[in-house]
Amino acid sequence: MTSMFAGPPRMSPRRHLLCSFLSALLLASAPALHAETPATAKVNTTGLAVADTEVTVGQLHSATGTMAISETGSIQAEQLAIDQINAAGGVLGRKIKVIKEDGASDWPTFAEKAKKLLVNDHVAAVFGCWTSASRKAVLPIFEKENGMLYYPTFYEGLEQSKNVVYTGQEATQQILWSLDWAKKEKKAKSFFLVGSDYIWPRTSMKIARKHIENFQKGKVVGEEYYPLGNTNFNSLINKIKIAKPDVIFAAVVGGSNVAFYKQLKAAGITADKQMLLTLSVTEDEALGIGGENLAGFFSSMKYFESLDNDNNKKFVTAFKAKYGPKSVIGDVTQAAYLGPWIWKAAVEKAGSFDVDKVAAATPGIEVKIAPEGYVKVHQNHHLWSRARIGMAQADGQFKVVAESPELIEPNPFPKGYQ
Amino acid sequence: MNACFERAFASRHTALILLMVLLAVVLPASLDIFRLNLVGKYLSYAFVAVGLVMLWGYGGILSLGQGVYFGLGGYCMAMFLKLEASDPVSTRIQSTPGIPDFMDWNQLTELPLLWKPFRHLPLAMLAVILVPALLAFVLGVAMFKRRVSGVYFAIMTQAVALILSVLIIGQQGYTGGVNGITDLKTLLGWDIRSDSAHYILYFTTVLLLGLVIHACQWVQQSKLGTLLLAMRDKEDRVRFSGYDVASFRTFVFCLAAILAALGGAMFTLQVGFMSPSFVGIVPSIELVIFTAVGGRMSLVGAVYGTLLVNLGKTYFSESFPDLWLFLMAALFIGVVMAFPDGLAGIYATSVRPWLLRRRTAALVAAPVPQDGNPASP
Repeated sequence: MTSMFAGPPRMSPRRHLLCSFLSALLLASAPALHAETPATAKVNTTGLAVADTEVTVGQLHSATGTMAISETGSIQAEQLAIDQINAAGGVLGRKIKVIKEDGASDWPTFAEKAKKLLVNDHVAAVFGCWTSASRKAVLPIFEKENGMLYYPTFYEGLEQSKNVVYTGQEATQQILWSLDWAKKEKKAKSFFLVGSDYIWPRTSMKIARKHIENFQKGKVVGEEYYPLGNTNFNSLINKIKIAKPDVIFAAVVGGSNVAFYKQLKAAGITADKQMLLTLSVTEDEALGIGGENLAGFFSSMKYFESLDNDNNKKFVTAFKAKYGPKSVIGDVTQAAYLGPWIWKAAVEKAGSFDVDKVAAATPGIEVKIAPEGYVKVHQNHHLWSRARIGMAQADGQFKVVAESPELIEPNPFPKGYQ
Repeated sequence: MNACFERAFASRHTALILLMVLLAVVLPASLDIFRLNLVGKYLSYAFVAVGLVMLWGYGGILSLGQGVYFGLGGYCMAMFLKLEASDPVSTRIQSTPGIPDFMDWNQLTELPLLWKPFRHLPLAMLAVILVPALLAFVLGVAMFKRRVSGVYFAIMTQAVALILSVLIIGQQGYTGGVNGITDLKTLLGWDIRSDSAHYILYFTTVLLLGLVIHACQWVQQSKLGTLLLAMRDKEDRVRFSGYDVASFRTFVFCLAAILAALGGAMFTLQVGFMSPSFVGIVPSIELVIFTAVGGRMSLVGAVYGTLLVNLGKTYFSESFPDLWLFLMAALFIGVVMAFPDGLAGIYATSVRPWLLRRRTAALVAAPVPQDGNPASP
């Protein structure tokens, strides 16, 4: 495999002549293309699947299993970005070819497929993973085989790797500013924390509690966790009614979400009486929960489909043209869309597909066409991005009611929150 | 011993030897290390399938919760490896250096008592065997003494699988939760992620599997094997003859559990992490499917069944990422409809008669004497 990509084959003088003649022809027919296309040997010194006209990347999400419903948006957005990049001439003059693998919502399968993409297919980059568990399963493989992973989901932080670019928010970016907003704008003093029982809600709530108690001098009046897939929240609702918090701060995920909001509504806990701020409801989840069960509650994200800027209008139009007018775009879908663009920019900055060079070139990459607005990659491979508060509408969309004035610095290992 | 029995004995050995040649010579010579490592992973499931042949095919006890024992074996191994990977230097950024990273994320500040024995490899290896055996023993005694069997037993094993997976996912500070125990690096300083380690682990797995199958064949040949078959077919007669049916059943249940646990431990070593996704109900049923595809009466068939299903899974999902589940379903339905006795059944009904015909033709000059009753050695 290596020799195939290691360099141009030695040529006999006659063939050499023929080649120069052909390339002269090419030069005449497509001068712009030729000028932008550096030799494969130069841009690929480590045996990646890069040819003269094509570069192969991998896409590793769950197309089947329980996570498929969440990951489909990411698959679509990455494909859209890749199509757009190809239409604009590709990366270093090479069209992107995608090898799709199905992680099947099973973490060991993710590990197997990640290894296949890196060891067998020598892909130049992988766009994929969604849950923390799948990322944790593939991370050692990306570090050992020196691959590049673009991970789209907002997540718990406490991680940083040369081989991963995190295009979603780490926990502090999503939590701190929105809690400050709740305190300042909504005069919230007491919070009830509730989440599904796994690492992301646990870590998020730990950070929230420290911020509320130590920095805001507010009160946490309850903290509850429920197993993934739990659908009975009656005891929780009773506890909330007794505790009477100013804000319910929620990170309930997956199918539990639907039961949670329906039961809240059935118990009379609606937005006109109770403020709720969630970290885990995007337009995708709202589709399943039903806008009427959410209306008036707040969600903390960096992106909403309703965002009013030119980049986003173009993105939404292109997405709906490709995937149908009824498709919705959530926060993670937008973050997944950024992955291929950041990779392209880093490759072009590095002038090479080599993973080490791309990783080194990644900090400081700016994406000016990002639907969420301008973003920049930090030294720690996370994005500088804004925090936004959206108010759920009955149609399942969100109205942006607040936005952090500055880009928030990503800080995956926050001091004072451990 | 009569000639017929000797021949059956010899054909068993031939089947095992052929399997070993395939696994130890043909596959390593024709596959690169990435694919060979995948085969090694499939072979770790084959331990469970071999155990199921003993438990289900011979003992007549269908367990739909063998993932539990696979998981326990795998977790015991993973706990040792994780502690080795969590030395104070490489975990210095944590609030409490020296404990596994997921404990630190869950605000644990010292190593739980449960984890302490797993600092030592001999204790961890002992636990790989003893923990699943003990659980199987307790469950076996509790259920078989009360003469719980058949469908009721299968449901109980499913319940255990569900309980254990909820426990592992819920107690994430102690178990790593839904993420499992990830990022395992070395075994006593030996990097298990390198290619050479993958080769060594693969051959270790093959050797261990061969030994395990050989031991199971020995059990099948012994009086114990005969009794197991008798209990499967006429439980009451065996009981009235004065045998304690519950003890034999408990024995074979423990045997299957230990085999599954060995597979789990080899899985952890070869794949480099352990996940609760093996402990639940669905993977446990998948393990039964491997056995059914191979043929539930054939130890060697179970290995081929496991390989076939997993190769199919990998091949289909790589080649047809959008369709592969349908293709897998077609494979299962096809095997069950066309070959109810699995791959071993194909061999018994089509391949062996053909071989025998050829041999008879060759031996026509020197016919084999047919004496005695082949069913009672």
